[in-house]
Amino acid sequence: MVTIAAIIYEPGNSIKNKTGSWRTFRPILDNEKCVKCENCYIFCPEGAIQEDENGNFKIDYDYCKGCLICMNECPVNAITKVREEK
Amino acid sequence: MCEVKVITGTSAAAEAAKLADVDVIAAYPITPQTTCVEKLAEFVANGELDAEYIKVESEHSAMSACIGAAATGARTFTATASQGLALMHEMLFIASGMRLPIVMMVANRALSAPINIWNDHQDSISERDSGWIQIYVEDNQETLDSIIQAYKIAENEDVLLPVMVCLDGFILTHTVEPVTIPKAERVREFLGVYEPKHAYLDPDRPVTQGPVGVPDCYMETRKQVEEAMERAKKVIKEVNEEFAERFKRKYGNGLVEAYNLDKADTVLVAMGSVCGTIKYVIDELKKEGKEVGLLRIRTYRPFPKEDVRELLKDAENIAVLDKNISFGFNKGALGIEMASILKNKKVCNYIVGLGGRDIKIDDIKTIINHVEKAEDDTTLWIGLKE
Ligand code: SF4
Ligand code: SF4
Repeated sequence: MVTIAAIIYEPGNSIKNKTGSWRTFRPILDNEKCVKCENCYIFCPEGAIQEDENGNFKIDYDYCKGCLICMNECPVNAITKVREEK
Repeated sequence: MCEVKVITGTSAAAEAAKLADVDVIAAYPITPQTTCVEKLAEFVANGELDAEYIKVESEHSAMSACIGAAATGARTFTATASQGLALMHEMLFIASGMRLPIVMMVANRALSAPINIWNDHQDSISERDSGWIQIYVEDNQETLDSIIQAYKIAENEDVLLPVMVCLDGFILTHTVEPVTIPKAERVREFLGVYEPKHAYLDPDRPVTQGPVGVPDCYMETRKQVEEAMERAKKVIKEVNEEFAERFKRKYGNGLVEAYNLDKADTVLVAMGSVCGTIKYVIDELKKEGKEVGLLRIRTYRPFPKEDVRELLKDAENIAVLDKNISFGFNKGALGIEMASILKNKKVCNYIVGLGGRDIKIDDIKTIINHVEKAEDDTTLWIGLKE
């Protein structure tokens, strides 16, 4: 059932609602080439890129929408794209 | 008990907002609405009304501010006219889609070009499909009473829709009439405290209002607005009854007002202040032994289809007066709607009073003579120059 005016009463619903389903291209981050400049982390509009405990950058595909801004901003071409397969 | 003041329509609207004890007023002045928000500024400045008065840079912002305020659960008021209402267009849909019970006074005025500050209904009629309840009043007393009623209608949990109370620019906004002002406590009793269950700002109960409505849920929200409009018909009638009990003033059944309909084969259908002139003509004709009726549409949205069908079932000649025109169809909005619900009847449409052109007693008589002789449904522009 849709609530009145589609108001969302539960906080944190984005944990349930994954937004990574509409991606056409999937960015692939190569940690071998990465120089840890953090550009992709800063520019990703979805906050889908995080640094893990080993200091490597990782893309969370549950929320990455495939805009490829990260690929565009990476100074060393450590991010490439592949077509998303359903 | 109460006080009688001789005031303009805009002052009556401001008095009503004060009596409703609104929390937030957002205002941008536009003729002929200006004197309403000026009066409210005075009330707030004098400490007569404890409300947040937000001065904004346009009507688009005025409605935006009202939406923001109403989304926190505040009782909100604004007023506009003509181009200002048109500038609000985008925000009007957001207010109704978010189900915010905002009340707005609309001083009906023609739309440009050519620039015209005088009265017709083109401005609010153009917002017909915005999901706002629309009430068209006949005089200044009804302006005050309808704004008070509007809060009770809008805030009803079966409704939760914004309401515009439309009064004719200059004809009512700038004309003084005696208006009975009820006591504030009695209005407070009538309205009660607004405790929103759906739209509020509370850090302990976080909500997301106005989210993305993907194709998966958007259509359902539109259906909800339509269903709320349907339920509003009953609520408007009940509020009108309850208001009559408490304040001894009544406006038909809330949706429509019938005047001398019983014996009349010829019926005029109209909205707003012109109904006063029509009633005068009806009384004059009655003295000559001729029975003509008036069906005043008070609530244009939701449209009182059932009442109209019932009340006009015996009418033979139906003349619909419109102070607006749907270009390319050569009928006014009311004319189109009446024709669509009265399929086997003769419904003629008369375009009157655009841009403040006077609607004279003789014009009403011309309409009556025309509709009685008309063979089929026609549209006639009244008072045009050769
Ligand atoms: S493609 Fe866009 S959304 Fe996905 S990680 Fe890169 S910047 Fe973020
Ligand atoms: S932009 Fe490229 S180099 Fe910089 S952190 Fe991201 S992947 Fe590594």
